[in-house]
Amino acid sequence: MAGRNGSTNTHLLDVATRVAGWADRGEQVEVFVAEELETEVRAYAGEVESFTSARSQGIGVRVVANGRQGYAYAGTLDPAALSETLQEARDNASFAEADEFNGVAEPDGVDPVEFDLFDPSLDDFSTDDKVALAVELERCTLGADQRIAGIETAEYADTRCESAIATSTGITSTSRETGCYLATYAMAEAAGETQTGFGYSIGRGPESLDVELAASEAAERATRLLGATKPQTSKLTVILDPWVTAQLLGIIGGTLSGDAVQRGRSFFADRVGEQVAVDDFCLVDDATNVDAFTASAVDGEGLATRPNSLIDSGVLRGFLHNSYTARRGATSSTGSAVRAGFKGAPGVGSQALALRPGTHSQQELIAGIDDGLLVQGVSGLHSGVNPVSGDFSTGAEGLRIRKGALAEPVREITIASTLQRILLDVTEIGDDLQWLPMSAAGVSLVVADVMMSGA
Amino acid sequence: MLDHELINRTLSTALSTGAEFAEVFVEDKKSSSAMLDDGRVEELTSGRDRGAGIRVVVGDTTGFAHTADLSEAGLAGAAEVAAAAARGGGGGTRTVSVGSHGTSAGATAKIPPEDVAKTVKVELLARADAAARAEGSQISQVAARYGDSRRRILVANSDGLLAEDDQIRTLFSVSCVATGDTGLQTGRESVGRTIGFELFEETDVTELARRAANRAITKLSARPAPSGTMPVVVGPGGGGVLFHEACGHGLEADLVAKSASVFADRVGEQVATPLVTLIDDGTMAGEWGHFAIDDEGREAAHNVLIDRGVLTDYMWDHLRARKQDRPSSGNGRRQSYQHLPMVRMTNTYISNGEDDPDDIISGTESGVYVAQLGGGQVNTATGDFVFGMTEAYLIENGEIGDPIRQGNLIGNGPETLRLIEAVGNDFAMGSPGTCGKDGQGVPVGDGTPTLRVKALTIGGTAA
Repeated sequence: MAGRNGSTNTHLLDVATRVAGWADRGEQVEVFVAEELETEVRAYAGEVESFTSARSQGIGVRVVANGRQGYAYAGTLDPAALSETLQEARDNASFAEADEFNGVAEPDGVDPVEFDLFDPSLDDFSTDDKVALAVELERCTLGADQRIAGIETAEYADTRCESAIATSTGITSTSRETGCYLATYAMAEAAGETQTGFGYSIGRGPESLDVELAASEAAERATRLLGATKPQTSKLTVILDPWVTAQLLGIIGGTLSGDAVQRGRSFFADRVGEQVAVDDFCLVDDATNVDAFTASAVDGEGLATRPNSLIDSGVLRGFLHNSYTARRGATSSTGSAVRAGFKGAPGVGSQALALRPGTHSQQELIAGIDDGLLVQGVSGLHSGVNPVSGDFSTGAEGLRIRKGALAEPVREITIASTLQRILLDVTEIGDDLQWLPMSAAGVSLVVADVMMSGA
Repeated sequence: MLDHELINRTLSTALSTGAEFAEVFVEDKKSSSAMLDDGRVEELTSGRDRGAGIRVVVGDTTGFAHTADLSEAGLAGAAEVAAAAARGGGGGTRTVSVGSHGTSAGATAKIPPEDVAKTVKVELLARADAAARAEGSQISQVAARYGDSRRRILVANSDGLLAEDDQIRTLFSVSCVATGDTGLQTGRESVGRTIGFELFEETDVTELARRAANRAITKLSARPAPSGTMPVVVGPGGGGVLFHEACGHGLEADLVAKSASVFADRVGEQVATPLVTLIDDGTMAGEWGHFAIDDEGREAAHNVLIDRGVLTDYMWDHLRARKQDRPSSGNGRRQSYQHLPMVRMTNTYISNGEDDPDDIISGTESGVYVAQLGGGQVNTATGDFVFGMTEAYLIENGEIGDPIRQGNLIGNGPETLRLIEAVGNDFAMGSPGTCGKDGQGVPVGDGTPTLRVKALTIGGTAA
């Protein structure tokens, strides 16, 4: 895909290739170079609260010599910094211990998918238009319902990222993408009580943004919790809202990383081929799906991404691998190297997880439950879930389900089970699959026998 | 870090569209880390981030731009972008002369980590690994991490302020996995101080490793945590996370100003039992949340937020304080030069009470004792907060009993403050934390003596 920005992309690859070319004999070098342009506009009380405009770039270099690995980075592409960073990575490698499986990726003959994640219209979207969108988002959120008393934030943000990877083993890859979103956080008030709700809209370019949708979603989420009380503790069936399911899938994805498995940090180790989930549970990680906001043609080591079936009809099929875990596990990379920017070496993880959707809408799922809970939001997943042991406990808020219909809102509760049990206690999967701004798609998920802890 | 004349010219450019306030924040940060996992020193990483963030304020609007290019042209470019983003009309020329006041602090590390050979750092990891594995055959995996950073900052603004700081932090953590008939369990310990490599003169990494290993082994025999509401005793040190979430965030003036806090408009009111005195203190030398100046150039301060149960003040940054025509409280912080500052905590703690910690436990008929807390999260607008328990036990008949599995506790900030019914005399600081707000992470410390909350909801699975 040709574009006006192709030249910049070439520039990044030139830098990466040049540095990778400095590899000494008997040494492997991997170079990741990235550049990002970001804008963020926040509106408050009808005015611009803050406007941030930023351009950042950086380089990360991994060196493997004699089985030892070192890494260094710099937040600049200044010519002097390039060789310094390589030198520093080399020096770091000399202090690490050797591992026969260390190494950068090698070309594996798999061609990256061709897709376009770059919307050039973002370049033509003026600053005034961005400001107007943010202000409009705040206005719409405040006007969406009489009970909306204020907002915490209403913002427009966009990003334009380009990156390149080159290795001394012959890998060269580039990628570029755009993204923009609207996000609003509303506060609803009634009888001295406040509840909050967020709404968002996301896309590759500004045309796909929907102000009304973001505003009404935030207002609905906030207002429907008004009057929430703390219920009695009981065991019941829950429906996880798509947003919550996507977060759960992200945690399960972590336990399926080859790295967690090989280092004895996954309860899925040694269970390939076993039934670990209910029959309907089919989980795929596929960054080649262009609908995913985390879609990418290449992984963090420059290899082509590919669809990976992880759990098929409830049976564990395999794990995700980068080039290191593949060598160590005597298998092939699944194109699952992930990296969080240029500040660290690639790890291994899921990129775009999705469950195979079922056939019922969320409303139909609700209609089938006599006594349950629709979980609208969760908090403290980082503190209450242990992906190694599988313990799962999280703060929650939502609406009770009584006799097949949504009933009173509840708050200040936790829901708890274990990850192992949740997979076996899934009774239905909704038809409402939607890609969310995280590395997973959401879908309504019905789970039986979850402990709701309250008064 | 930057020539004063260049700073003055950059600030003048930033003010060129009629702004009333402009600020240059320069940062030069070097980080290094070493990681041991799976019995091997796997990787050393080092990096450097250097750049400037320029902020321009006109009325209620802030414009912000940052650059890694510290040349005259790079700074002028960022200043123009920030100024254009905050157009106030008027325009004109204003000259700035910085240096009239402000603090300049040098590094306080006895042993700068950059002067320590990498082999010495790596050797710490190996010792921790060996010590953890020696605790028992159940220990099946150990990861140890060493990290240090040196962050030099300069803040200059159109009020003439010029201040500098040199912040050195050193961190060490050990995470263990234990394997048994009941599956896998984890234990973690960490220590982090705003000091140099002398951290390891006062901290024995093998002791740290043993504690982490024993935590994982103990949890192998843990019972499912109870569910429902009951008394909770939090051990010394760890309870800081509880207050960080239950009321700390709610006392940040930016959230208060938007009425996004249950503590808005409540200064002077009795918000907690008289046992509670809550302090946020950036001056605590050596602690993880310590600094000489905040990221707006303001000196760190000792701020009493709740005095014997009465709400005395919020925490403030430059922007929010300026609107109220009062001084900042030294709580304006940012993750890096690429971020706008906002109101953040530093070291937040509950001061000592008078109760004997043993009496607090023995006076609890039945409940839960939390020995180590994980992180937490709060919705400041509703006050509902959660925090994790990573080591906890049942209390039965006034005695600490069986260990229970990991999970979250949930409560409501204002309610919980009114349910603090005992505060011990055994104050301790907790583990180093990274507080996340609005996508920015900053190092924070916290501390408490042993204390008891009359009722919190335990998020377990047992009936």
